[in-house]
Amino acid sequence: MTFFLLRRIAWGALVVWAVATLVFIVYFAVPRDVARLIAGRQASDETVAVVNARLGLDQPILVQYGRFLGRLAHGDLGESFVTQESVNSIVARDAPVSFSLALGGALLWLSMGIGAGVVAATRPRSRIDRAITATALFFYSMPSFLIGQLLLFFLFFQLYLAGYELFPPGSYVAFSESPLQWARFLILPWFALALVTGAAYARLTRGAMLDALGEDYIRTARAKGVSERRVIVQHALRSSLTPIVTQFGIDLGTLMGGAIVTEVVFGLPGLGREVVQAIAKQDLPVIIGVTILSSALIVSANVVVDMIHALLDPRVRS
Amino acid sequence: MSAKPIIAGRGPWQLAFERLRNDRTAIACAVTLVATVLVAIAAPLLALVTGHSPIEQFSEAGLSPTGIPVGPGSTFWLGADGLGRDVLVRIAYGTRVSLLVGVVASTLAVIIGAAVGITAGWFGGAIDNFLSRFMDGVLSLPFLVLALALAALVGPSLGVSIFLIVFFSWASIGRVIRAQTRSIRDREYVQAARALGAGNLRVMLVELLPVVSPTIIVYATLLIPSAIAFEATLSFLGLGVPPPTPTWGNMLADAMAYYKVAWWLLLFPGAALLTVTYTFNVLGDSLRDALDPRHDQTIRSTGGDDE
Repeated sequence: MTFFLLRRIAWGALVVWAVATLVFIVYFAVPRDVARLIAGRQASDETVAVVNARLGLDQPILVQYGRFLGRLAHGDLGESFVTQESVNSIVARDAPVSFSLALGGALLWLSMGIGAGVVAATRPRSRIDRAITATALFFYSMPSFLIGQLLLFFLFFQLYLAGYELFPPGSYVAFSESPLQWARFLILPWFALALVTGAAYARLTRGAMLDALGEDYIRTARAKGVSERRVIVQHALRSSLTPIVTQFGIDLGTLMGGAIVTEVVFGLPGLGREVVQAIAKQDLPVIIGVTILSSALIVSANVVVDMIHALLDPRVRS
Repeated sequence: MSAKPIIAGRGPWQLAFERLRNDRTAIACAVTLVATVLVAIAAPLLALVTGHSPIEQFSEAGLSPTGIPVGPGSTFWLGADGLGRDVLVRIAYGTRVSLLVGVVASTLAVIIGAAVGITAGWFGGAIDNFLSRFMDGVLSLPFLVLALALAALVGPSLGVSIFLIVFFSWASIGRVIRAQTRSIRDREYVQAARALGAGNLRVMLVELLPVVSPTIIVYATLLIPSAIAFEATLSFLGLGVPPPTPTWGNMLADAMAYYKVAWWLLLFPGAALLTVTYTFNVLGDSLRDALDPRHDQTIRSTGGDDE
C-alpha cells in the first residue's frame, strides 16, 4: 500500500514538473520582448535593458529554467510583471473565493446529480426517468458561460426589474465577515456550476446504478427479503460510487484552480478570473503560477482518488 | 433464378440502422441537424435577402439615436447588436464556424484517439505503458487555463482553436478504445488471423478496428457538441476565432454588455448554440442505444424482480 501510494505521488510530481516545464518553454523560450512590454512602447533601450536585467531575462535560457525550478521547489511562484505583487499573495487572496465557489457548487451538484440519477435508475423507462434524462442532457449540453448568462438574465435582472434584488452579481463577501451575504453573492454562481456539472453526475449515476441493479447480488438481496430502500442505497448505490468518486476527484481539482468561466461571468475575484485578466495583460508569472497550481491540485485530487480506490478495491493495488 | 430468401442475414450495422429508423427522437435530431447545415450553407443567401452582410455596421438603422441596438422587427428580423449589425445574419454565419470546428475537431480527435488506443491495446507491454501514461498526463492538465494561455501566446485563430480542442480531447477516447482493444485482443479470431500470417497493421485495421468502430462513432458524435461548446467558450473569453468573424461565442460575449437593454443579443445566439449541442447529444445517445443492444437489455432486466 505504501509503495503504491509513493508510486502515485512520484507520478503526480512528474506530471506537475512536466506542466511547469511546458509552460516555461512555451512562455520563455519563445523569443519576445517581455521587458519592452513592461517598460512600455516609449521606453528607451537602456530602460528595457534594466528591466531585462532585473527580471533575469538577460541570462541564458538554461540558467533561467534552473532558477525557475529552484524557486518553484521552494513554493515561490515569482512576482507579477505588472504589479510587482508576489504571485503567492495573489493566490492567497483569490483562493478563498474559488474555494467557496467550488465547495458550495460541489455540494449542490453532488446532491442534485446523484439524487436525480438514483431516482431515474430505479424507475427505468418511466415518465420520471425520461424527464430526468432529458433535463440532465439539456443542462449537460449547456456551456457553463451560457447558463451563467441565463441565470443572470432571468434570476438577477428580471427579478431586479420586478423590484427584488435577491441575487446581486459582481461581488464577494468573505464568509468570516457575513455568512449570509457570502451565500447571497454566491448562490447564482453555485447553481451555474451545479446545473452543468450535476447533469453529468446524473447521467453517470443513472448508468452505474442501472448496471449495478442488473447484477446477480441485487437479485439475491431482494430474494432474501432486504427492503427495496436498503437494496438501492446500500447495495446498488454503494457499488456505483466508484466512477462517481473518480469523476469528483478530477472535477474538484479542476475547480479549485478556479472555475474560470463562472468567475468571469459573475465577476467573482477568484483564481480563474485572475488568470483571464493576466492573459489579457500578458502577465506571465501570474499565468504560469495559476497554471502550475491548478495542475498540482488536479494531480493531488487524482492521488486521493486512487487512494480511495485502493482502500475500496484491493485489486487496484497490484 | 431462385426465389428471394425469406430470411436474410442482417449485419450489425443494418440492425443498428433499422433501430435508428424506428427511433423518432433520432429522426427528429437528424432533421434538426440537416436544417442547421442548410442554415450554414444558406448564410450568404440570408445576407442577400436582408441586405445585411454579417460584419457591416448600420449605425443609422441598427442603433437608436442614443446608441441602443434596435430590437427584432422588419428591418432586423432578430434585432441588431451593439454595433448595429444584423443578429440573424451573424447567427447564420456563426453556424458555419461552430459546425466546422465541431466536425473537424471531433474527427481529428477521434482518429488520433483510436490510433493511439488500438496501438496501446494491441501491443501491450512497454508501448502500452508509455501511451497510457501519456494519456493520463494529458487528461490531468488544467485544460481551459492551458488552452487560454496557449491561444493568447500564438494568437487566437480558427486553426488554433481546432488544434487546442483536438489536443485536449483525444486522450479520453484513446483510453476507452485501449480498454476495449485489450478486451478483444486475445479472442480466437484474432489468433486465427495471426496464425494465417497477418501482420500487426493488418490485425489492427482488419480485425480490431471494425469491433471498436461503434464506440468510435458514438464518441465522435458526442465529441462534436463538446467541441462546439469548447470553441464557444474560447470565443466568449476572446481567445477563439477573432472578430469581426461572427461566432456564437463572441456574439454571447458582446451580449454581456447589453443584456439589460437588448435581450435578443443573449437569447437568440444562446438558443442556436443550445439547439445544436443538445441535438448532437441526443443523437449520440440514440446511436449508442442502436449500436449497443446490451445497453437496452440492461435497462429492461431491471424492470422488476422477475426472471
